[in-house]
Amino acid sequence: MAEEKNEVLTYVDSEGKRLDGRKVDELREIKILPSVLSRADGSCYLEWGQNKVLVGVYGPREALPQHIQDPTKALVDFVYRMATFSVPDRKNPRPGRREVEISKVCGKALEGAIFLERFPNTTIDISAYIFDSNAGTRVTALAAASVALADAGIPMRDLVSPVAVGRAGGHILLDLNKQEEDAPDAVDMPMAILPRTGEVVLLQMDGLLSKEEWLKAFQLGVKGCRTVYKKQKEALKKRYLETSAEQDKGIKKAAKELEKATEAKMAAPEEPQTNDSEEPIGGDSK
Amino acid sequence: MKEEIIWELRSDKVKELAKQGKRIDGRSFDEYRKLEIETGISENAHGSCRVKLGETDVIAGVKFDVAEPYPDSPGEGSITVGVELMPMASPVFEPGPPRADSIELARVTDRGIRESKAIDFSELCITEGEHVWFAFIDLYIANDNGNLFDACALSAIGALLEAKIPKFEDGKVIQKEFSGKLNLKKKPVLATISKVAGVLLADALLAEEKASEARFSVSTTENEELCAFQKGGSGTFTQKELDQAIDLAIAKGKELRSHFK
Repeated sequence: MAEEKNEVLTYVDSEGKRLDGRKVDELREIKILPSVLSRADGSCYLEWGQNKVLVGVYGPREALPQHIQDPTKALVDFVYRMATFSVPDRKNPRPGRREVEISKVCGKALEGAIFLERFPNTTIDISAYIFDSNAGTRVTALAAASVALADAGIPMRDLVSPVAVGRAGGHILLDLNKQEEDAPDAVDMPMAILPRTGEVVLLQMDGLLSKEEWLKAFQLGVKGCRTVYKKQKEALKKRYLETSAEQDKGIKKAAKELEKATEAKMAAPEEPQTNDSEEPIGGDSK
Repeated sequence: MKEEIIWELRSDKVKELAKQGKRIDGRSFDEYRKLEIETGISENAHGSCRVKLGETDVIAGVKFDVAEPYPDSPGEGSITVGVELMPMASPVFEPGPPRADSIELARVTDRGIRESKAIDFSELCITEGEHVWFAFIDLYIANDNGNLFDACALSAIGALLEAKIPKFEDGKVIQKEFSGKLNLKKKPVLATISKVAGVLLADALLAEEKASEARFSVSTTENEELCAFQKGGSGTFTQKELDQAIDLAIAKGKELRSHFK
């Protein structure tokens, strides 16, 4: 490992390819599976390159103890954690300062999207656990959390679409991997937007960046966020259009059966109608 | 509170059905739910496994780390099992330090593996009295629909079966390079039998657990050895019931073990 550090890596080669073969503005592969847990109100499993996250959402439900309730809006409790085996050296199972900070900023990013004012005195509890990692776990968690919230049917202004941009070897790159994040001049800038309006809900940066580089990085990031947005929407559509197609099939089948039954009844000799059938169903409700 | 009333109503139904020889999901009393085992789910883990027992969902990962041996066993490494009930797994799980439930799960899983002698701890020794391997087996509960005990034990074995021990050079663990596979000599499997309205049943659903008087977990090996027991719940078992439960646990252990290669 020590030798590797001294060696000067070419982060982008003459053909514009990065160490893992990607182009400068190319994301790693993203796989999104909503509705994977039966008990949670909403859930999502998401793979982003080597990063793997599982997210579950409960709520809006009564916020307890009562004194934490806000009569004007719902609370958002976002918990980001890394499994002990998700990193090269085993992580202490106790949450560290890093996890606490990420939980806070990601929770705030999601608050920007949810119609919190519709659910006073409640809490929306989100937990995101990372099981494998290779740079960019917070954006992985945030992308999945946003899908899980939609899966839970929580009304939102828009999905939250995140991405990390940064610099390695003097190049502004989209979605850095661990090797690029370890570059001597590395800059890491995780961000998230509400794609419909372009509003920024998460922005962090560490490293040294010139103003020109910042602009370039931000624009590249917005482009990346929009690609993530497309994938999030596709995953949700796939999940819910398939389900509704199945439901449609069920409805059509039932309708056909009903038609058949009616035909059979029509063909049969008419029975005298009883008074009971004249009575409206649930007649006392109006 | 609303939750509790619903569970109580469900319990009545579960007990009523048990008396008629039925279960709420139509299984027979000795029938397990569908078991799915997926290994290699985390590249950074030294061994990993996800087990789905019906809707119950557990993710396990193993990490080896070098430590000083215990003074009373200078030539032996060891294992440590941790269980985290992730808040997503149930509306009642909360983030925080492990509670009694998760500690019991971890300790029962630990005993099943440790006492079966599936791992020869002396093989985990690097230099006597100085460096030994500790296998950290961490289990994360993703969805609780009953029988976490068996799902935890299965996921731990699944992760250990594919676990590789890293290289150790100049007093340092070299990540992503391995000296060899962990030698797992046996596959201990836990089978938990619950008693509902006086009836013994295997692989209880959450609704059945809530309705049960007591549970009895038995860890067995392929040689039909019994390596760990755990009785839980406030109800009682007769000796005859325990014998029945052990026989059932051996038979079910065999069946569950066959899911691993």
